[in-house]
Amino acid sequence: MELYEIVTYFVLLLLLSTALRVVTTTNVIHAAVSLVFTLALTAVLFLLLSAEFVALVLILVYIGAVIVLFLFGIMITRAPLGKNAELDNDKNKKAGAVIAFSIFLLFSYILINGFSGEIAIDQATSTQLLGEILLTRFVFPFEIVSFVLLAALIGGITLARKDEALIDEDQI
Amino acid sequence: MVIDKVNLLAESKITYGDGGVLAEYAWILVVLPFISALLITFTGKKLPYKGAEIALATIGSIFVYSTALLYQHITEGIVNEFFVGVGSIGSFDIEFGWVVDGLSIMMYFVVGTVALLVFIYATNYMKGEIRYTFFFTSLTLFAGSMLVLVSSPTLIQILIGWELVGVCSYLLIGHYWEIKENSSAAMKAFITNKIADIGLMIGIIILALNTGTLRISEILYQSTHDYEAIKNVAFLAGVLLFIGAMGKSAQFPLHVWLPDAMAGPTPVSALMHAATMVTAGVYLLARMFPFYEGIAHEALEIVMLFGVITLIAAGLIAIVQDDLKKVLAYSTVSQLGYMIAAIGSGAYTAALFHLWTHAFFKALLFLGAGSVIHAVHTNSMLEMGGLRKFMPRTFTTFIIGTVALAGLPPFAGFFSKDEILASLNHEGETTFLIISIIGAFVTAFYMTRAVALTFLGEYRGHGHPHESDKMMTVPLMFLSVFAIGAGWVNIPGIYTGFTTWVTTRANAIIEHHPESFDYAALFSGLAAGLIGISLGYFIYQIQASAENGDKAIKVEPIWTVLENKYYLDNFYFKYLINPTKSTISNAIDRFNTNVIDRIINSFGIVASFLGQVVYNNFDQKGIDKLLNALSTGTDNLGGKVKLLQTGKTQQYIMLFLAGVVTISLLILFII
Amino acid sequence: MIVQPVLIIAAALFSLGIYGILVRRNAVMVLLSIELILNSVNINFVLFDAMLADTMMNGQIFSIFIITIAAAEVGIGLAIVLMLFRNRQTANIDEFDLMKW
Repeated sequence: MELYEIVTYFVLLLLLSTALRVVTTTNVIHAAVSLVFTLALTAVLFLLLSAEFVALVLILVYIGAVIVLFLFGIMITRAPLGKNAELDNDKNKKAGAVIAFSIFLLFSYILINGFSGEIAIDQATSTQLLGEILLTRFVFPFEIVSFVLLAALIGGITLARKDEALIDEDQI
Repeated sequence: MVIDKVNLLAESKITYGDGGVLAEYAWILVVLPFISALLITFTGKKLPYKGAEIALATIGSIFVYSTALLYQHITEGIVNEFFVGVGSIGSFDIEFGWVVDGLSIMMYFVVGTVALLVFIYATNYMKGEIRYTFFFTSLTLFAGSMLVLVSSPTLIQILIGWELVGVCSYLLIGHYWEIKENSSAAMKAFITNKIADIGLMIGIIILALNTGTLRISEILYQSTHDYEAIKNVAFLAGVLLFIGAMGKSAQFPLHVWLPDAMAGPTPVSALMHAATMVTAGVYLLARMFPFYEGIAHEALEIVMLFGVITLIAAGLIAIVQDDLKKVLAYSTVSQLGYMIAAIGSGAYTAALFHLWTHAFFKALLFLGAGSVIHAVHTNSMLEMGGLRKFMPRTFTTFIIGTVALAGLPPFAGFFSKDEILASLNHEGETTFLIISIIGAFVTAFYMTRAVALTFLGEYRGHGHPHESDKMMTVPLMFLSVFAIGAGWVNIPGIYTGFTTWVTTRANAIIEHHPESFDYAALFSGLAAGLIGISLGYFIYQIQASAENGDKAIKVEPIWTVLENKYYLDNFYFKYLINPTKSTISNAIDRFNTNVIDRIINSFGIVASFLGQVVYNNFDQKGIDKLLNALSTGTDNLGGKVKLLQTGKTQQYIMLFLAGVVTISLLILFII
Repeated sequence: MIVQPVLIIAAALFSLGIYGILVRRNAVMVLLSIELILNSVNINFVLFDAMLADTMMNGQIFSIFIITIAAAEVGIGLAIVLMLFRNRQTANIDEFDLMKW
């Protein structure tokens, strides 16, 4: 086994365990932080797959913005901090486990049957090329995504505003 | 058409025409009364004369047409018959049609004339009576039915006309049916006729089966040309047909309906029970005369026997009657006996000649009696009397009719009665001849008695009699003209036109035609009539006053028998009607109530029980339960299914994913 | 570079995310699990891009788009959870069952 493979296996193992932590821990903050670790490990995996730009985007956007947003959300919704046994819905655990496991089996069966072999990565991803493709071939989805972000921005602000700023009902 | 000179002494014409247009359209005579009967039914009540004008117009046109036919027959002679086929039963063709020959034309003329005068009389007589419009409908229907009968070329049409006149007779006799007696009288007439009709129908069937045809002319042809098949059944058929004639023409013992039929209004009695309906039997025998003369000779003996019995029996009863119309009724029965006896002795023309004259003077007598009854409002002669002063015209015409009936020259009855007596003498039937002469005496006697009780003497009643209206007396005067002159058309040795008329037929009539008067018969008949009149006048006017005259001749046992009409009605009731009523009718009634009704009721009970069972078991327990279970089940199912909607997002996602997994597995591994 | 274990792990991450959606009671935790799922999809895309040595780099670009959209979606999602919290003073999604029968 090459070093490359060992590292990859190690990363995958860590990935699994942190993801497991996300969904099973009873501490809300621990779950969020575990997600941070999962995302970070995913970025490492991307680096191993020589998709550097995506890894960086992951770290910047995902960990940098989304997780922060999550933590803000946790704090605003007064999630009970510390160990809290009520975090899981016990009734759903069995059924959820069965369904999740069956989905896992299904997907792995499909994927294993579909793909096999090894890949050889010989060069890094050219970020310049990525930028060019993004702005020539994928310019239309690019612009649309910016619209989506605009909509999300406006929507988020509108939704989260305090009520007295909205029009009162008896003025209509 | 061959025009032949009128030969005064001619026998039946050798050459005759086919009648041309008049004969071809003679069906109008038959059809017109039915159409106008319908018209009167539907529009009569709204008309100013309440339908009488339609009836008068109809019968007037019939009179005119029949007179035209008679004139053409006198000048040229018509023998023709027309057929209209309406289908067939097996090998027999059912045909209707009309005959235009001597016998039929004579009958048309009689019906037309007498009916016209009776109709005119009736418009006044029945004024103000109940059901005036319906009365004229029935009278017109009757005229039509009689014409159907006398114009029929097939036995089927005779039967239909026969039954139709029976129905009309029933309707008219029972005109005042609110009184039970009248409806019973109508029923009696109808049922008696129906019993006689059995004979007629069986006779027709026998004739039809043995000749293979229903056409009268063909049956007569086969009778006179020696066909084998008809020879075997001739006697039987002849007797059976005569039984039918007995019912209609009131021969003993089936005459019992005619006196009771006087319950109807007097115009009805005058028209039907004097001139037309009761002569249907004589007409039938006359129409079938070649058959009788040809091969059913023995049947004629029976015919003659019954005719003679009738004429003397009815005549005797007439002496003891106190009801004016009943006297005339029994007189009619008696005169019908004369006609039947004449046919029985083979005197075709004599019988028809007596029919002809009798129609006129008997109608006259009845209408006169009606005029009297209209004035004094009672039928009983015991409450009349002395009406000569109050009703001169009625009295005169009644006397003319009486003398005609009694048979004094030169009135009509003399010639016809004389011919009958002459024929009886010629055949050598001495016993019957003597009985007939006695009958002539009796006729004159009871008629004189009737005249004396009604018109002579002093008025015994309580009313205020007065002469009748012109519309009633004018027909009387016309009829008296006929009563005087009708006999002059057949004077042996001088002018025998009538013989020529009635013997001009498709099948030749073989009979004896007297060359001159038979003086023996003539004088004995004349003497009998004169003695009868004088004896009657003596007893009822001269010796004692009218109502006491009875006492002079009352021989107690005979008088009682006569008054009870030979106990014939009692006999019928005791041995025929009551046994049928009490045994058969009761048995049938009990069968009907207990058996048939029970069966039908049980059907109903079973059906309703079944319905109840089905309702309870199937409907309530079965189907309703099923439907209820369906709806409850759906409700429960829905109630359980709705629990899926918990509102919890995670459970929705769970179910969704479960479905995804299932379908993916299905697609991967099964499909 | 191995392929199949990475795929298996990606599938495992996906199923863990599903488990998280179904089991977690807090709304924010559910959103967290959704991020897990999106992340696993990202891994798959990049892996396939590397496998196919795509000259157009479709996988990576798509992965960028996914990340973008995930961010927008988290923003909106948290805004909604905030509103729910304001209404009911709780973030337990079990309590938001007004759509039940």
